[in-house]
Amino acid sequence: MQFNILALIGRVFLAFFGATGRLSIFTASGVRHSFSPPWYFRHILRQMLSIGYYSLPVIGLTAFFTGAVLALQIYIGSSRFNAESAVALIVVIGITRELGPVIGGLMVAGRVSAAMAAEIGTMRVTEQIDALVTLSTNPQKYLVAPRLIAGTTMLPLLVLVADIIGVFGGYAVSTEKLGFNPGLYLKRTIDFVQTEDVVSGLVKAAVFGFLIALMGCYHGFNSRGGAQGVGRATTNAVVSASILILVANYIVTTIFFGA
Amino acid sequence: MMDVTSKIALTDVHKHFGPKQVLNGIDLEIGAGESVVIIGGSGSGKSVTLKCILGLLTPDRGSIRVDGQETVGMSVGDREAVLSKVGMLFQGAALFDSIPVWENVAFGLIAGQRMARPAARDIAVEKLAQVGLGSEVVDLSPAELSGGMRKRVGLARAIATNPDIIFFDEPTTGLDPIMGEVINDLIVECVKEVGATALTITHDMDSARKIADRIAMIYKGKIIWVGSVSEIEETANEYVAQFIHGRVDGPIQMDLRAL
Repeated sequence: MQFNILALIGRVFLAFFGATGRLSIFTASGVRHSFSPPWYFRHILRQMLSIGYYSLPVIGLTAFFTGAVLALQIYIGSSRFNAESAVALIVVIGITRELGPVIGGLMVAGRVSAAMAAEIGTMRVTEQIDALVTLSTNPQKYLVAPRLIAGTTMLPLLVLVADIIGVFGGYAVSTEKLGFNPGLYLKRTIDFVQTEDVVSGLVKAAVFGFLIALMGCYHGFNSRGGAQGVGRATTNAVVSASILILVANYIVTTIFFGA
Repeated sequence: MMDVTSKIALTDVHKHFGPKQVLNGIDLEIGAGESVVIIGGSGSGKSVTLKCILGLLTPDRGSIRVDGQETVGMSVGDREAVLSKVGMLFQGAALFDSIPVWENVAFGLIAGQRMARPAARDIAVEKLAQVGLGSEVVDLSPAELSGGMRKRVGLARAIATNPDIIFFDEPTTGLDPIMGEVINDLIVECVKEVGATALTITHDMDSARKIADRIAMIYKGKIIWVGSVSEIEETANEYVAQFIHGRVDGPIQMDLRAL
C-alpha cells in the first residue's frame, strides 16, 4: 500500500515535470520563430484582426459595465466616511492598473484561446499539421509565431481601449446617477492618473496576450483523439490561460509596485 | 531487391508506442521511378512506416535513406530540404480549411519555394486541370468540395512542385468504386507525368494492382513478402494469399470476440 502511494506521488511529479519541460520547449521554440525570418505577414495581420478587432465589442461592453459598477460600489463604500470625492481616483486606478488588463485578459482568453486551440487541434487531428511539414513549412513558424506576435501586440491596444471605456463607464454613472459634476470628475481623473498606472496595465496586457496565445497554440498542438481531444484541448486552453493570467498579474504587480 | 539505385531504402526500422512494437525491423528498397505499394491490414504498421520516412515520427532504431542520404536524426533544416523533393496525398486529403482551393494547391510553391502568388496561382490552376478540376473550384473553400474532389485537390497539391517522390496514404479509402478508379488512373498518370518515385500504402487490392510496379506486404511490423503484381496472384505465401483474397480463415487471425 505504502509502495503504491509512493509510486502514485512519483507518477504525478514525473507527469508534472514532463508537462513543464514540454511547455518550456514549446515556448522557447515559439519565441525563437517569432524573432527569426521568414515571417508570414499575411497570417500575422489575420491574427491581429481576429484577436484585436473582433474582440473589441466584448472588451468594450465588459469595460463599460466594470467601470460603472466600480463607481457605484466605491461611492457606496466611500460615502460611509464622507470620502465620495475618491470615486474618480479609485475608478481610474482600479481600471488602468487591474480591472482593465485582468478582466480584458480573461474575456479574450475565453474567446481567443478557445478558438486557437480548436482550430489548431482540428488541424492536428485531420493531419493538416503533418501536411504543413511535408510542404517544407515549419508548423511552429506558420501557426504559432503569428499568434504569439498578434496576441502580444494586440492585447495592450485592447486594454488601452478598455481603460478609456471603463473610465467612461465610471464617469457616466457618477455624473448621470450619483450627481457628480462632469467637469470636476474629469479633472480629478486626469489629475490623479499617473503614467505608471497606465503603463503597468499595458505591460500586463502584453504578458497576458502572450500567455493567451501560447496556451491556445500549445493545447491545440498537443490535442489527440478526434473531436473529444479537440474539446479537451479547448477547455484546457481557456482554464490554463485564465489561471496563468491571474498568476502573472500578481508577479507583474509585484515587479512594478513592490511588496 | 531492385537492380537499380535505391531512391528510398529502409533498413531494420523499429518503432514502438508504449508496450506495443509497431515496426519490428522493416527492410525495403524502392528504386528511382518505381511505384511500390505496401499492403497490410489495419494496425500492421503501414502508416507508421510512411510517417517514419517523412520524419513525422522518429524510429527507435534503423536507417532510412532518401537519395542515399540518411534521414534518421537529420536536422530540421536538412529535413526541409529533403521534403522539398516530396509530395504527399493524405488519406483525408488534409486540405487547409482557412485558405481557398488554389492556395492549398500552391502552398508548397508560395510557402516552401517563396514563389510570387500570381505565378503560383497559374501553376495551381494548371495542376487542378490536370486532375480534372475546372476553374469553378479554384476560389472555393475546401469545405465546399465533395470527398472525391478533395482527394483530387490533395493530389494536385502533391504534384504541384513536380516532386521526385510522391507518397499516397490510402488514396481510395472512403470513395465510391468509380471515384476510386478515377483517383487510381490519376495517380498512375500523374506519377508518369512527373516521372516520380511513388510509395503508396493501402489495403485496397484493386488500387494496389492498378498503381504498383511492385507490392510489399507488411504484417506485424515486418515486410513479409515483396513481388510484382503478377507474382502476387500466384504466391504460395499463405499470409499474402489470405489477405489479397480477403479470407477469414488462414494464418492472419483477427482479434475478435466471439458473438
